[in-house]
Amino acid sequence: MDDLIRIDDLSLSYDGDTIIVHQLNLRINRGTITALVGSNGCGKSTLLRGLSRLLKPVAGSVHLDGRDIHAMKAKDLAKQLGILPQSPSAPEGLTVHELVAQGRYPHQNWFQQWSREDERIVHEALVTTNLTMFADRPVDTLSGGQRQRAWIAMALAQQTDVLLLDEPTTYLDLAYQMDVLDLLDDLNAEGRTIVMVLHDLNQAARYADDIVALRGGQIVAHGTPEQVMTPENILQVFGLKAEVITDPVTGTPMCVPIGRRGQRRRERQVSLSANGKVRESVKIP
Amino acid sequence: MATKTQQKTTWMTIRPRFLPLSLKVDRRAPITALIILMVTLVVLVFSISYGEYDITPWEVLQTLTGTLPDDHADARNYNLVVHTFRLPRILTAFLVGMALATSGAIMQGITRNPLAEPGILGVSAGAGLAAVSIIVWLDNVPLSLLPWAAFGGALATAVAIYVLSWKQSGSAPIRLILIGVAFAAVLGALTTFMLVFGDINDVQQAYVWLAGSVYGRNWEHVHTLGAWLLVLLPLAIFSARQLNTLGLGDEIARGLGTRVELQRLLLLVISVALAAAAVAVAGTIGFVGLVAPHITRRLVGPSHEGLIPITALFGGALLVLADLIGRSIIAPSELPIGIVTALIGAPYFVYLLYRYR
Repeated sequence: MDDLIRIDDLSLSYDGDTIIVHQLNLRINRGTITALVGSNGCGKSTLLRGLSRLLKPVAGSVHLDGRDIHAMKAKDLAKQLGILPQSPSAPEGLTVHELVAQGRYPHQNWFQQWSREDERIVHEALVTTNLTMFADRPVDTLSGGQRQRAWIAMALAQQTDVLLLDEPTTYLDLAYQMDVLDLLDDLNAEGRTIVMVLHDLNQAARYADDIVALRGGQIVAHGTPEQVMTPENILQVFGLKAEVITDPVTGTPMCVPIGRRGQRRRERQVSLSANGKVRESVKIP
Repeated sequence: MATKTQQKTTWMTIRPRFLPLSLKVDRRAPITALIILMVTLVVLVFSISYGEYDITPWEVLQTLTGTLPDDHADARNYNLVVHTFRLPRILTAFLVGMALATSGAIMQGITRNPLAEPGILGVSAGAGLAAVSIIVWLDNVPLSLLPWAAFGGALATAVAIYVLSWKQSGSAPIRLILIGVAFAAVLGALTTFMLVFGDINDVQQAYVWLAGSVYGRNWEHVHTLGAWLLVLLPLAIFSARQLNTLGLGDEIARGLGTRVELQRLLLLVISVALAAAAVAVAGTIGFVGLVAPHITRRLVGPSHEGLIPITALFGGALLVLADLIGRSIIAPSELPIGIVTALIGAPYFVYLLYRYR
């Protein structure tokens, strides 16, 4: 097994008292997309922070490529692992090019602040994210989707093997959500390992090789989308009754929540068909 | 009409062939710097020429460049007035402006708050309290002690603010600001308390110092402040990248490999030292640290590679102008420079509050 990230008995806490993530063990393989899912407050964002040293563990360790991330130099880690927190904000008036150029920070020093290589890689990141024509525009004047692409471009300029993202599609229109996920999929195809927190189970099932379902700071299920996306797991993780069908486009599992309204309708449908009056389609106004 | 050519990038690269150095700055930066410098020079000449003893701007230029004819009737007087009285005072104003503006730009950068400046963060208040204390409490204090007291007061306040704003997760920018504002209020109250109970002569002296003034400053002040700037300004300019990453938020900065707490502390020290050096020489002069970085950001954008050096020049220019206004507006009396900057800066502050509401 080629596990790039190894998490052993990791416990995380913000204040030292309330433990959010409990003694968690996880292996993340090189070149995969892993989605962390779970309900609000389950510890998925906290786990992502723990992976990236934004949060110091109370106990346990995280190894990246065999090295303890807390024993690495800040810049060395930043050359291998990039992180994009949820809805970051740029200073007023900062242009896309200026933002993306900051991704070069770990590769620069006091005197070499803008080498030819920096310039080339920033340009490539803009091309990859399809932002060259917006390079001179202030980030705060872009649409939500373009802005998210600009931040991803910054992380790309960082040239890391691993990219961690916290809900990269939140607050975006559906079309932009797909746009961002497709971009991440392209980056993964180039060999990057991606770990992201996703709210939408169906997007997770479509884009991830591995899904990690969390509840109460512990892993409830971990495996391929087919293994993880079962009605039992969804009930356990989200406390939600759902049916799992096959995504008509990709063949991956797809979650269809039932809800109270759905439950009522289904019961009525069942009772109607039981009476033998209507068998096929039931039209309820 | 000619067709518009392909738009150029908004940045330019500096890579001298003979130096292991590379840099990227906003394309508008060099021309902006040049314009500010030219305007400053013009104001400087007029400022030197203006006063009770009138000298024409042309004669000022001649005196400054040493080309005044030897047989000129007033040559000796001109040299005395220009080189001994007016030039050092105006240069002091310029350097004080540079220091305060740079300090403000750094504070706004590390707190990610457009309203941060030495005055608002309590650093000036700390310097003021220390200076007033020794004026009021000690008898016959040598005036040379004042700058050191002010410096100590500013540093002590900054350290206290930083320590109090520290929590387990680090020093959040918003806590730095809130604690700074609280400190400014308390220290201001203590200063007032001392002024109320002090001896009337001491109080008068203290008030003049508190108002902020460059009156009677000489070459010694220029040299002292110049030396501080010579060390601190390059440090600030070379810390531009750190300031830039901090501007994206602590998490992004950390993700990029910035050691956030360490860099923030270093930058705070640079910024406080700049403010303290300025306050020590010229008393508390408000609003320059707020206004200069703001206007500069409008001119050359928010990236600190260009912002820091140009805001320094802009702050210097602003104080040279404020000094000229202070000397001319109620001539032959003189309005302390700190009051002039308050008259310019307070409305701008209100405008900013309105804008960021």
